[in-house]
Amino acid sequence: MFVKLLLLFISASLVNNVVLSRFLGLCPFLGVSKKVETAAGMGGAIIFVITLSSLVTGLIYKFILVPSGFTYLQTIVFILVIAAMVQFLEMFLKKNVHSLYEALGVYLPLITTNCAVLGVALDNVQKNYGILEGVIYGFGTAVGFAISIILLASIREKMEYNDIPEAFQGTGIVVVTAGLMAIAFCGFAGVI
Amino acid sequence: MAFGIIMSIVLVGATGCILGFFLSFMSEKFKVETNPKEEEVLAALPGNNCGGCGFPGCSGCAKAIANGEAPVDQCPVGGAPVAAEIAKIMGVEAEAKEPEVAFVRCNGTCENAKNKYEYSGVNSCSAMALVPGGGPKSCSFGCMGFGDCVEACQFDAIHIVDGISLVDPDACKGCGACAKACPRNIIEMIPKSSTEMVLCRNKNKGKAVMDVCSVGCIACGLCEKNCPSDAIHVVDNIAHIDQSKCTGCGTCVTKCPRKIIHIIGDAPAPADDKAANATA
Repeated sequence: MFVKLLLLFISASLVNNVVLSRFLGLCPFLGVSKKVETAAGMGGAIIFVITLSSLVTGLIYKFILVPSGFTYLQTIVFILVIAAMVQFLEMFLKKNVHSLYEALGVYLPLITTNCAVLGVALDNVQKNYGILEGVIYGFGTAVGFAISIILLASIREKMEYNDIPEAFQGTGIVVVTAGLMAIAFCGFAGVI
Repeated sequence: MAFGIIMSIVLVGATGCILGFFLSFMSEKFKVETNPKEEEVLAALPGNNCGGCGFPGCSGCAKAIANGEAPVDQCPVGGAPVAAEIAKIMGVEAEAKEPEVAFVRCNGTCENAKNKYEYSGVNSCSAMALVPGGGPKSCSFGCMGFGDCVEACQFDAIHIVDGISLVDPDACKGCGACAKACPRNIIEMIPKSSTEMVLCRNKNKGKAVMDVCSVGCIACGLCEKNCPSDAIHVVDNIAHIDQSKCTGCGTCVTKCPRKIIHIIGDAPAPADDKAANATA
């Protein structure tokens, strides 16, 4: 059981990395990866939201939607839950970690529409995961997101010192870097 | 069928209600005290979000003022009335600040500064850096008249008249957006009460200026020598008036051989007058 969950975690975080091999949640990946500090904050926020929302959506799906036969309402109910989670996170950060709240700016409420978050909730249903498996899967996916955004941010910080051809400056070189990272992450494909 | 629809509504509604109660409970628990002055100051500001104050929009300015990081008269658009209102909110005395107005330091109209060639292409001053010879205008310092400033102005206060930009001083709020937009930096922010201005920015030597424009500053220095209040100086081959010292006597206007110093508000001198000077 434990080995199975560990494998699930590794597969979700590295092999099927949410950003670099499934291409979900690209907006904050490119938007908040200028500084390692804010990237780590964003990664933390995503871990919190995805883990908690996969728990809550799993519970709602198993104990409300399935017994009452309204499984087709999953998308709208999940979105409601995710939006509420993000709102709660925003309040929490505003009160306790105000500097991070300001650094994340508009990207914080945008987690609501981050397809990675909804993607995990819907994946859990599609793949018939139980509550615990769902939470581990969500946590792994979110850790994968955090890993890739922190990696990209540290590369971008170093890139600031480089002499980049004018045509590639700004977003151009970042997208090229992200593409190369995606190729590198293909190397995990045979691990499990 | 109807049962299904009603049940879906009830289910989603109930989920929404529960989450709503959860959030409102949490919002009480995680309440953050915001500075009430900040909102009052924001309400007093004009709300154009023009960025003329140097902050990102009116809310940024309001925050800085409420925290005492910026003076109450930070907003150049609102001017004295808004400063007085904010001063009342902040409980301090507002210092009287002279409102500023944008001024285009060029008189190279279609008549005075000819074009080098016929140009038909992108209508943008900033694009002229890529065009051969820096654009069709003969003078490489003067107004090109493609209207980047007109686009930048939120108050409809600057227009292209006779090939160059012209500021309507009554409509200008002094936000400085046009001065930032001008790639040739020929728009200067001056106090509204200023009476004299040099209408040229050409830093070339006399002969080179004469070749391209009939109303260019040749840096002869007559204005500098004759100014009784030491307000006008020729730096980098161009005369510049220090508006804080200028008394408005008008000596420089009469002494200037090229008639490039104008009394603001007056119509430019007749064109044939300048043409005679150019050939002389």
